[in-house]
Amino acid sequence: MMLTRFLFERIDRGGWVFLVLLGLAAVLVPVLNLAVPPGSMFHVSNTAVGLWGKYMTYALLAIAVDLVWGYCGILSLGHGAFFALGGYAMGMYLMLQIGPRGVYAHPTLPDFMVFLNWTELPVAWWGFSSFPYAMLMVALVPGLLAFVFGWFAFRSRVTGVYLSIITQALTYALMLAFFRNDMGFGGNNGLTDFKDILGFNIQSQTTRAVLFSLSVLALMAGYLVARAIVTSKAGKIIIAIRDAEPRTRFLGYRVENFKLFVWTVSAVMAGIAGALYVPQVGIINPSEFSPANSIEAIVWVAVGGRGTLVGAALGAGLVNFAKSWFTGAFPQGWLFALGGLFIFVTLFLPKGILGTFTDWWKRRGESRKPPTASPASQPAE
Amino acid sequence: MNASTRSGLDSGSGTLRPCSPPPAARDKDIGPIRALSAFLVAALAAFVLILAGPARAQDHAALVQRFATESFNDIAGAVNGLATSGSPRAAPVIEALRDGRLVYRAGDRQVFIRRPDNSFVNALTGEPAADVGTTRPVRLNNNVRRAIDAAVGALSLLHPDPARRTSAAEAVFKSRDSAALAALDAAIGQERDPRIRKLMEEARAAVVVANPQAAEADRIAAIGIIQRRGDQDALAMLGSLPATTPPLVREAAESAAVGIRRTLAVWEAGQNVWHGISLGSVLLLAAIGLAITFGVMGVINMAHGEMVMIGAYTTFVVQQTIRTVAPGLMDVSLFIALPMAFLVAGAIGVAIERLIIRHLYGRALETLLATWGVSLVLQQAVRTWFGPTNREVTTPSWMSGSIEIGHLAITANRLAIIVFAIIVFAALLLFLKRTPFGLQTRAVTQNRRMAGAMGIRTNWVDAFTFGLGSGIAGLAGVALSQIDNVSPNLGQAYIIDSFMVVVFGGVGNLWGTLVAAMTLGIANKFLEPYAGAVLGKILLLVFIILFIQKRPRGLFALKGRAVE
Repeated sequence: MMLTRFLFERIDRGGWVFLVLLGLAAVLVPVLNLAVPPGSMFHVSNTAVGLWGKYMTYALLAIAVDLVWGYCGILSLGHGAFFALGGYAMGMYLMLQIGPRGVYAHPTLPDFMVFLNWTELPVAWWGFSSFPYAMLMVALVPGLLAFVFGWFAFRSRVTGVYLSIITQALTYALMLAFFRNDMGFGGNNGLTDFKDILGFNIQSQTTRAVLFSLSVLALMAGYLVARAIVTSKAGKIIIAIRDAEPRTRFLGYRVENFKLFVWTVSAVMAGIAGALYVPQVGIINPSEFSPANSIEAIVWVAVGGRGTLVGAALGAGLVNFAKSWFTGAFPQGWLFALGGLFIFVTLFLPKGILGTFTDWWKRRGESRKPPTASPASQPAE
Repeated sequence: MNASTRSGLDSGSGTLRPCSPPPAARDKDIGPIRALSAFLVAALAAFVLILAGPARAQDHAALVQRFATESFNDIAGAVNGLATSGSPRAAPVIEALRDGRLVYRAGDRQVFIRRPDNSFVNALTGEPAADVGTTRPVRLNNNVRRAIDAAVGALSLLHPDPARRTSAAEAVFKSRDSAALAALDAAIGQERDPRIRKLMEEARAAVVVANPQAAEADRIAAIGIIQRRGDQDALAMLGSLPATTPPLVREAAESAAVGIRRTLAVWEAGQNVWHGISLGSVLLLAAIGLAITFGVMGVINMAHGEMVMIGAYTTFVVQQTIRTVAPGLMDVSLFIALPMAFLVAGAIGVAIERLIIRHLYGRALETLLATWGVSLVLQQAVRTWFGPTNREVTTPSWMSGSIEIGHLAITANRLAIIVFAIIVFAALLLFLKRTPFGLQTRAVTQNRRMAGAMGIRTNWVDAFTFGLGSGIAGLAGVALSQIDNVSPNLGQAYIIDSFMVVVFGGVGNLWGTLVAAMTLGIANKFLEPYAGAVLGKILLLVFIILFIQKRPRGLFALKGRAVE
């Protein structure tokens, strides 16, 4: 079988550990949450399910960022835009599911449109009451935007800092646009007050547990796709582009096509992460587009270890766990900690936690065994 | 005292103007004030007499007596008559009437002003009157109140304070009340300030144009005067002619309105350019330091906005210190703040370079992340130290106010910032072109390794450039503290725009930054009226994203092998 061959040949040991742990979490967490009574020490609280579900979607975003940054050398300061666009697509579906249960009890229009005295659904909202269409849009809208943006940018050989800055301009422009009421996406309040998804009550604990499991599954799928790309032949070229773009071009590869492919796949992944994020937190608003959010996603990857995929997911979990803890314990201290983390990781842990750990593990193994030549793959600049 | 007088006690008793001495001062007999007021009264009376002849004095007596009535029409007539009489005693009477303090004795039709302390003065002579007996207040209705408002306007036309005369003329221009014509004529005759006289003539023209009884030729001539005025008010005036206006006058008004609109459009474009240059120079100040560091080191300093913020906070601290130590120096506080801000921000910049960026040499994208971390730490540090709220920065007196050139309003602080941006730009240009260090900096910008091979200490150049760029950001902060809120988020507001300026202008030379800043500033201000502020900004961002596709290294890119 292709799949089993893929699994056994392309997934390394760390990847297996990652997948098995995630698989266990996908099954155990809902069971421990729903079936074990709240008094028991094995019970997983409802808050924890929501929180960790959110982290899973962040981890998927981090893998998307790692795919372009860690393997292709494109530092995107605008991946939050794709995440938010996926989130908005999901939010629009959820908005239309409210139906006549809104405050103004309008049969079709969401509350904010009634408030703005609109009489019919804007064209951009058509079809979003259908779940399959909305899911198509979750992938299509970020994918299409990334494709068009990348098509122009990579073809004109916009690279390095210039590319980073215009990706930031992209997400900033989108943020300003979504803040406008007449864009038709709820202005600065965004979309919220969701009632149900596919007929299931979005507040019920069962739905939330299922959403958690789905997020974990999406994360596993995202990891497998990313892994499949980076271990393929095309993946080798993508890594070559990261390490020496002009040289790869001179060897005859169409650099821009490879970049465009990775870039678009990554954007779709980010969009799916956003779509899973929205029903779990219950709101999507334009601040998700803010450039600071995208940069925070970069730091998850940097902390976990860029170019490792598993590390990116790990970094997303760790940083966000620290954030939840800090904002509870020392609300003043979080920005100090985050800023310090940026500086510390770039200065002292350029390979991130996982990269540093892997190096240490290898060296330990080598010192035990009689030395053999090991071709350590160094991600160069 | 009867009930109706007592009810008058409750009404407010503001004074209208110090044209004649307030009665209280007279009673207490304060020498110089009395002499001065006597002189003023005499002077006013003198030219009133010159203007109108002695007949007016008797008119005044008759007019004041007309208040002693129950008929609203008579009262309104008396107000109108008094206003145009030019009598120095007119204002206190009308003012007292407005405040409900004008009373009369029914028996002998004597009119009195009741003062706030409940004593009375004779309205005719201004002498204190004891033992007034039973009085009734002069009654008011809306008609009378309108007459009072017009009268107050007419009296202000003769006021010694030029500002009062100006606003009175403007008020007549807007009200176009034909009752004010006589007062206007009198005022024009004696006005010596040409600007105010012009205003009065325009006001007179407005009255004539609006007056259906005036001759057609007069009205058309008056339209000419209004067209020469040529602002929005003139346009509104010409657009609001009543339907009964004769066609000839109407035609003249319409063609004048077309002419005014054409001139106004030109002025408006000029105003947009001015606003654009003003915004452009702010962007230039914020971005030029960024451009230098980016040019030399190839790294974008994400903490640049925080350097601007630190400059602004330095201004705040300097002003606080001056306020406690030497309040007299407040007007020159900015000149003390400028070098301080340069040094503080520059020192922090050098520290960042030595401690962090030096270790990330050649890893531009990592530098971007590390400086972002620095920006978060600096922001939070300032927030912890100074608090999250806006800090008050004083604007020196020479930077407030505005001048008008034609229909162009130029505020002094914006002008100062433009001049400052030009000075900074010129100084930097001179520095880079004329000093040995500038030469070395340019060499490193063009080809770092070759410059190193020629014996330039590139790491010194790096540290120095970073300090210089940060120092200039500090200077920008001093300037921005005058037009923006000094808060920990100050830098964030400008950083993305600064990036845009840098990537748009390229790093080839400083002129690129100048052209980019001005282009973005002016384009922004021209898009604003059509697209709105937010949409205008979005359009510009999209434009830059597209522009970068055409010229991936900005407008003024370095050419040659040095680039890759």
